[in-house]
Amino acid sequence: MTMETATNGWEEGRRPPSRFAEGLRRNLPGYLFLSPWLIGFFCLTLGPALGSLYLSFTDYDLLSAPRFAGVSNYVHMATADPNFGAAMKVTFLYVALSVPLKLAFALAVAMMLNRGMRGLPVYRAIFYLPSLLGASVAIAVLWRQLFAADGLVNDLLWVFGIEGPSWISNPNYSLYTLVILSVWQFGSPMIIFLAGLRQIPADMYEAASIDGASKRRQFVKITLPLLTPVIFFNLVIQTIDAFKAFTPAFIVSGGSGGPINSTLFYTLYLYQEAFGYFRMGYASALAWVLVAIIAGFTALSFLSTKYWVHYDD
Amino acid sequence: MTTPIRLRNVTKRFGAVEVIRDLDLDIEPGQFTVFVGPSGCGKSTLLRMIAGLETISDGDLLIGGQRMNDTPASKRGIAMVFQSYALYPHMSVRKNLAFGLETMRMSRAEIDRRVNAAAETLQITQLLERRPKALSGGQRQRVAIGRSIVRDPDIFLFDEPLSNLDAELRVQMRVEISKLHERLGNTMIYVTHDQVEAMTMADRIVVLKGGQVMQAGTPLELYNSPANRFVAGFIGSPKMNFLDATASEAGIDVAGQRLDGIAARPAPGRLTFGIRPEHVEIGSGGGGASLGEARVDLVEHLGGTTVLYAVTPSGESLNVVAPGQQGIRTGDVLPLRLDPANAHVFAEDGSALRRSA
Repeated sequence: MTMETATNGWEEGRRPPSRFAEGLRRNLPGYLFLSPWLIGFFCLTLGPALGSLYLSFTDYDLLSAPRFAGVSNYVHMATADPNFGAAMKVTFLYVALSVPLKLAFALAVAMMLNRGMRGLPVYRAIFYLPSLLGASVAIAVLWRQLFAADGLVNDLLWVFGIEGPSWISNPNYSLYTLVILSVWQFGSPMIIFLAGLRQIPADMYEAASIDGASKRRQFVKITLPLLTPVIFFNLVIQTIDAFKAFTPAFIVSGGSGGPINSTLFYTLYLYQEAFGYFRMGYASALAWVLVAIIAGFTALSFLSTKYWVHYDD
Repeated sequence: MTTPIRLRNVTKRFGAVEVIRDLDLDIEPGQFTVFVGPSGCGKSTLLRMIAGLETISDGDLLIGGQRMNDTPASKRGIAMVFQSYALYPHMSVRKNLAFGLETMRMSRAEIDRRVNAAAETLQITQLLERRPKALSGGQRQRVAIGRSIVRDPDIFLFDEPLSNLDAELRVQMRVEISKLHERLGNTMIYVTHDQVEAMTMADRIVVLKGGQVMQAGTPLELYNSPANRFVAGFIGSPKMNFLDATASEAGIDVAGQRLDGIAARPAPGRLTFGIRPEHVEIGSGGGGASLGEARVDLVEHLGGTTVLYAVTPSGESLNVVAPGQQGIRTGDVLPLRLDPANAHVFAEDGSALRRSA
């Protein structure tokens, strides 16, 4: 290519537009349509997130300017904060109990609904309802009433001659009432399981029944393996949700995380530090540790898929 | 290995809908029986009732002389190959083949022996460690058949097993299934809507329509002596020509021509005259009966044969399969004739009139 052709059509000293500028010009209408979401993402999500990352390295009480404190918040968390350990313990126990129980319950109900019954849409809606209501303040208040010393649960137990304790005031039981509340909100994973079960061709079960496989063997050898992509999806979503759980613990314990820190969820502790004691820098550090924990669990889940998740294609 | 199947007054209802009606059928030991019929005729339902995948509403199913109505599928001594193959996608071919044997709690050594033997028979040994998704349609079909063979069943059931394969592979697998039957000698029931598959594979064909047996017999019995107009039209490709006819004391008139030499002697009245396209001859000379002239609407040159789509002067369609390559063009008007021995005559209710009648 000669110089003449290279500069052909362009004035001396003026460069042709760069690829980026050309691309921007061509795609401008697209970016304009995207702009509401982009503005929302940068201003309301990414900006505050990066701001909180910065604040996690500071001392900040909302009233005076943040003071840079290096990694002292993280060091304090790891070495000198007994409540951090307590919150971690409660949260991990809650996740470890509520997620498998909720998934198992959701799968059991989905299998029941998948057997083809009359009025299925009605049952499906009824079973899904708690998921819509469960995270609300009203249901948490109701839960508090149900499991109180003079609540409905103890009234029912009394019919059978059992004198129940005050479930939410007793540190031995309080967390489990929240686990039950979580399991009760099985609707969302149940609907996804139901969709997954519908995807399994009926002739797989017919072939297995001709082979003499019992219902239990069919469940273990066919249903569960073919459902693993759906189980994996539900596992990740529900684990993230469980780590982030806040409202039930806040309402049931009156925001204290009590009795004796037995319902001190990680997010509740974070809330106390931020809005109870105005330690915004420390609360930001707590938030980023939670992000790291959730990211770590999610990454581990994805890495484990090659050992147990069966994708058809 | 060779087990007879008897169906006695078998009925199947789904709610108020009767899909199989009072059906009687005997399937002899070692026979390759094909259930054939159009969509919705009940052929797959009948097979699934024999398999134990559908309950029997009324009547009796006897396998090897034993009433099997309430016996679970796994205890009927059957194996089934599904249209969709029904292979377990999360298991290797080896595990797919072994699944039923493991369910029977067979020893590992015996499982390995049977799986390897079946794989060798079907030439899929090199595929044993693969997953179904890594197999072609034909290979999947072989695995599905292999899963049946390893169980060493008394009866093989095939539910439209070749429908998902391309034409070439279908022909190849058809031959292989026939060879398998010759080698194993088991009773086999095969469901298809493809009459060519039925004609080429069956010892005996059962033609179904509306949940009832229209005719059961050998392929050539059905071809040469269809019991009714439905069977006559269903068996054979291109399908049999049907022309309006009138019977009188003097003889049978078809397409304005008096046909002499027809063996059937029906009572005077309206009839349907049937002649297969390959039995219609072109030309006015020679023996046989004249069908008059017909105008050619379309010509298909297949090389070995030429298919003509023609119309009679009365406006009725008449197809002709002529041997070899014919220099016939659309618009030609041809004289046609036939050998009366090949003619079929059907009463108004569709039943065939016996040639000896």
